[in-house]
Amino acid sequence: MKKILFALLASVLLFSGVAHAETIKIGFNIPLTGDIPDVGESSKQAAEMLLKKVNDAGGIEVGGATYTLQFVYEDNESKAESALSATRKLITQDKVLGIIGPQSSKQAVPAGEAADDLETPMISPWSTNPDTTLDRPFVFRGCFLDPFQGPVVVNFASEEFGATKAAVLYDIASDYPKGLAEVFKAAWEDKHGAGSVVAFETFTTKDVDFSAQLTNITKSGAEVLFVPQYYNEVPLIVKQAKSLGWDKPIIGADAWAGGDLMSLCGDDCKGYFFSTHYAAAGAEGATKEFIDEYTAIYGKTPDDVAALTWDSTNLMLEAIKMTGGLTGDIDEDRIKIKDALGTVTDFEGITGTMTFTPEGDPIKCAVVVKIDDAGEFSFYKQVCP
Amino acid sequence: MLESIIQNILNALQWGSFYSLIALGYCLVYGVLLLINFAHGDIFMVGAYIAFFVATFFLAAVGLPGWAVIALCVPLTMALTALVGVTLERVAYRPLRRKGAHRLYVVITALMCGLILENGNLALLGASRRLFPTLVETQVFNIGGIAVTNLKIAVILVAILSFVFLETVVSKTKMGMAMRAISYDKFAIPLMGIAPDKVVVFTFILGSSFAGLAGLMFAMSYPVLDPYMGALIGWKAFIAAVVGGIGSVRGAFAGGFLLGFVEIMVVAFFPSTYRDLIAFTILLVILTYKPTGLFGVARFQKI
Repeated sequence: MKKILFALLASVLLFSGVAHAETIKIGFNIPLTGDIPDVGESSKQAAEMLLKKVNDAGGIEVGGATYTLQFVYEDNESKAESALSATRKLITQDKVLGIIGPQSSKQAVPAGEAADDLETPMISPWSTNPDTTLDRPFVFRGCFLDPFQGPVVVNFASEEFGATKAAVLYDIASDYPKGLAEVFKAAWEDKHGAGSVVAFETFTTKDVDFSAQLTNITKSGAEVLFVPQYYNEVPLIVKQAKSLGWDKPIIGADAWAGGDLMSLCGDDCKGYFFSTHYAAAGAEGATKEFIDEYTAIYGKTPDDVAALTWDSTNLMLEAIKMTGGLTGDIDEDRIKIKDALGTVTDFEGITGTMTFTPEGDPIKCAVVVKIDDAGEFSFYKQVCP
Repeated sequence: MLESIIQNILNALQWGSFYSLIALGYCLVYGVLLLINFAHGDIFMVGAYIAFFVATFFLAAVGLPGWAVIALCVPLTMALTALVGVTLERVAYRPLRRKGAHRLYVVITALMCGLILENGNLALLGASRRLFPTLVETQVFNIGGIAVTNLKIAVILVAILSFVFLETVVSKTKMGMAMRAISYDKFAIPLMGIAPDKVVVFTFILGSSFAGLAGLMFAMSYPVLDPYMGALIGWKAFIAAVVGGIGSVRGAFAGGFLLGFVEIMVVAFFPSTYRDLIAFTILLVILTYKPTGLFGVARFQKI
């Protein structure tokens, strides 16, 4: 019995040893279950597509040697604490070279802390909260930041609707909505004077009844309502707002695009605007190729999460190539990848061209999309820094 | 200001209706078996999902108009949810009762059943949210700045009618008398020629079918369904039932509305983060002064 066990153990060690020499392991820390499972699904689908593409082409070449890719998916259940343990597991147990994810800021902020402590490069494709990368040399992101997105929305709402009074409804227990709501408030009051955000209402994750908050908002005299929430909460908010007599515009942010907003919201969301990373309708060039290929495999248009995951993973691979050769010592390689990521300039992604700031944040443009009568997210305006 | 208050009273009546409907189920089962059926919140969730499948079936496969779908949805959802409740009783609680297990173990079994329902749903149907189809167009009536929808009125009416119905069943019918008798003395009941199991099954049918009805109304009001939707609301409805005086139908009804009112009013006038803090502090104070709840009567343990 002991002998068999020993043989088994030895073979496991042997095989994993062999595997290390030829493969590059990248971890994905994504929400496959929990509040926003569609976000995890989009991430995984984009990753699988890339994995197949790279491995079918014979793998990637780094400093003369060819490696095949191996992706490890870890479910963070859309929870902050699970994102932390997933990060640690990917780094210490799965020994990945780098991590893609977590997607939403609620998980990315704590996970970034862990990745930075354990000195492993991490790219969050979708987290727009500044805290994710702040003072964390190992943490990068694939999207713009809320301090950029907030003013984009403010300027758009002021010009488009001529609004001077705004209301905000957001989840105070989640990093992304909270951060963005505060940025929006500051930018709006900067533009229209103190007190021009006439209602600043909050709720807590998992709440389904917003009638009291929306009553305050409808009575506040606001001309536009800003809802920086995820796709699963937006339909409830929009429907309840309408049933309380709200008939003015509602605008959202990039989280509206992640997941399956339209199948949950239906006709109620049509005609509203939100700021986001890319618009699938009317895309050209490499973006169109990606969209067509994705649609052919999965039968649906890729959302911004899929596009950003694609870009972030490519960015990680680019950085690995830029190291000029892996040493095999995982700690050293991770540091080399981090250094390479920090020097990326003019990276041509499908969500735009990126150049990194020393903080690990890309400088890139935002688009404002309109949900048209067909329920498509159609390009409306582009805003660059 | 007055408009806001009236609007919020209406909001609270709607929100309280759900607590009341769920609390009624806790209260019936507790009244008969002295069992806190912690799976009840999840039976409510199952009810919402059953309503979803029944509604989409009749809408898409059969192609009936919305009002006809509702007319079919109500009895079907109630019956199918009752079936789930009775199955749970048959599979999980009755064997324990037969073996004379302590009540504590039955309560823990109930907690477990709730988790099985949640995770069973997650495993079978996946983690994606589902949109409950619109059965009737929501019409907004604006009366002097106060917005009321047809749905809101329907929900409140359903809660009140359910209460009247259950109160009548418990206090006026033979079965109701048997239910009250069983909670009074479960050993003397068989001597009177009543089969206790029948009464227990009847109780589960009543409790679960109204959880199903609550699920249907909830899904119509908040049309995004997820497997964990029953957990938190179930816990809160249970607390509402305790504050009302668990075991008393009137208490459950009043407790549900009380909790709904406090929650909505706190959010209307304070930051929402204070909601549960203030709401449950108020309930705690009520229990401190009246440990048996608003309508409860102290039970004396027989020797």
